[in-house]
Amino acid sequence: MINTLTSPLAALGRQILGMLAIVGKIAMFAFDTLTHLIRPPFYWREFGIQLIHIGWLSLPVVGLTTLFTGGALALQIYAGGARFNAESVVPSIVAIGMVRELGPVLAGLMVAARVASSIAAEIGTMKVTEQIDALVTLSTHPMKYLTLPRVLAATLAMPILVAVGDAIGIMGGYFVGISRLDFNSAAYLKNTVDFLELWDVSSGMIKGAAFGFIVATMGCFYGMNSGRGAQGVGSATKTAVVAASILILATNYLLTELFFSA
Amino acid sequence: MITLTDVHKAFGSNKVLQGVNLHIARGESMVIIGGSGTGKSVALKSVLGLIKPDSGKIEVDGQDIDRAERDAFLARFGMLFQGGALFDSLPVWQNVAFRLMRGSLKRPNSEAREIAIEKLRRVGLKPEVADLFPSELSGGMQKRVGLARAIAAEPEIIFFDEPTTGLDPIMAGVINELIREIVVEMGATAMTITHDMTSVRAIADKVAMLHDGVIKWTGPVADMDDSGDPYLDQFIHGRAEGPIEAVR
Ligand SMILES: Nc1ncnc2c1ncn2[C@@H]1O[C@H](COP(=O)(O)OP(=O)(O)OP(=O)(O)O)[C@@H](O)[C@H]1O
Ligand SMILES: [Mg+2]
Repeated sequence: MINTLTSPLAALGRQILGMLAIVGKIAMFAFDTLTHLIRPPFYWREFGIQLIHIGWLSLPVVGLTTLFTGGALALQIYAGGARFNAESVVPSIVAIGMVRELGPVLAGLMVAARVASSIAAEIGTMKVTEQIDALVTLSTHPMKYLTLPRVLAATLAMPILVAVGDAIGIMGGYFVGISRLDFNSAAYLKNTVDFLELWDVSSGMIKGAAFGFIVATMGCFYGMNSGRGAQGVGSATKTAVVAASILILATNYLLTELFFSA
Repeated sequence: MITLTDVHKAFGSNKVLQGVNLHIARGESMVIIGGSGTGKSVALKSVLGLIKPDSGKIEVDGQDIDRAERDAFLARFGMLFQGGALFDSLPVWQNVAFRLMRGSLKRPNSEAREIAIEKLRRVGLKPEVADLFPSELSGGMQKRVGLARAIAAEPEIIFFDEPTTGLDPIMAGVINELIREIVVEMGATAMTITHDMTSVRAIADKVAMLHDGVIKWTGPVADMDDSGDPYLDQFIHGRAEGPIEAVR
C-alpha cells in the first residue's frame, strides 16, 4: 500500500537525481572546454570555419525571424496602445522590446535549432564511426579540435548576430509603422534613436554571448555522449536542441532579473 | 615491448576480455585471430587507452600506459580502424597527412601533401584520389586511405584492424606485402587483426588466438598448422564442427 503510494515519488526522485547528475556533467564539460582555452595548441583554422558556419550562415535565419517579429510587434503595440491613446509609443517599445528581449531570445532559439542540432549530429556521427577515437590516436585532443572552436565561435558570433537581428527587427517595425500605421518616417526613426540607450543594446548582446555558449556547449556535449548507431545520433540531436532551448529561456530570465530588476 | 597482463573488460553483463595475457616483442609482427565479436578490436583499443580495461595491466616498454605522458605515447602509434574512421569533412590527402599538418610534426602544406600522395601510392591509390572526399570512395578504397593515414607519420608501433577485409585478392596481396615491408624495413612493431588466413601467413611472425575472453593459443606462425590445439585447428580450417560453437 505504502509502496504504491510512494513509488511515484521514488520515480520523481530518481528523475531529479538523474537530471542533477547530467547538470553536473554538463558543468564539468563546459569547464573542461574553457581550460583548453589557455592550453595550446589552438586550432585557428577550425575556429575560422566554425565562425562562418555558426555566425555568417545563421544571418538569414536570424534576420528573417526578427524582421517578421518586429513587424508583428509594431502592429500589436499599436493596437494595444490605441486603447489608451498611446499609439505614439510604438517606435520606442518596438526598439526596447527588440534589443532587450526578442532579439537575443529569437536569435538564440533559431541558432539553437540550426546550430545545436548540426553540431550534435556531426560530432555524434564522428563518435559512432570512431572518428573521435581516430582523432585521439592522431595526437589531437577532441575537446581542442572539435569543442573549443565551436564554443568560442558561437560565443563570439552570437552578440553580432543579435545586433544585426536587433537592427533588422527594428526595421521590420519601421516598415510596418510607416506603411500600415501612418507613422512619419523621420519621426519614427528619431523616436527609436532617442529612446534607446547603449545598455539596452549591450545587455542584449551579452545575453547573446551567453546563449551562443549554451548552444555550442549543448551540441558538443550531447554529440560527444551520443549513443551508438543512427538512433543514438538522432536522440542526441533532439536532446541537444531541447536542452539548449530550455536553458536559453531560463538563462534569459535570470539575466533579465540580474540586469533590469530594480 | 607491449605486454598485456590479466586484462579484463566487460560491457554491462557482456564479459568480453576475461584475463588476456599477451606479449609482443619489439620489431615483431603479431597477428590476432579469433571469431567475430570475441573482443579483438576491444583489445587493440585498450592498448591505445581508447577503452579503459576493468582490471589488469597494459605496459608499453615496461611503462604502465596510464602513467605515460599521453601525447608522447600516442605519437609512437599508428592505427587503422576496422571501419576506416576517416574524417569525412576533410579531403583524402588531408586525412592521410592529418598528423603532418598540426602539432609537433607540422610541416608546410605542400610537403604534407606530397607525403600523403606518396603514402597513397603505397596502398595502391592514384594521386587523383587525393582531392576526393572519403564519401566518394568505395569501401575498400576507404580502408586503404585509413591504412595510408596510419603509416603516414612512420610510427614505431602500428595497429591494423582488419586491413584486408573488403579488398580484392590482388589488393589484399599488395597490402599484406606493405605491412610486411613496414615491419621488416622500418623495424616497426605491428599488431594486426585479420580473419584472412592468407594474410596471417603473409604478415605474421607470431599468431595469437582470442577465444572466450582469453588467448587460447599463441606461438610462431610456423607452429600454427600442427599445434594440436582443437580451437586453433577448427579456426584455421574454417570447420563448422568443433569446440567453437557457431552461434555466439
Ligand atoms: N563501446 C562498446 N560498448 C558496448 N559494447 C561493446 C563496445 N565495443 C565493443 N563491444 C562489445 O564487445 C564485444 C567484442 O567487440 P569487438 O569489436 O572487440 O569484436 P571483434 O573481435 O573485433 O569482432 P569482429 O571480428 O567482428 O570485428 C562485442 O560483443 C561488442 O558488442
Ligand atoms: Mg573488430
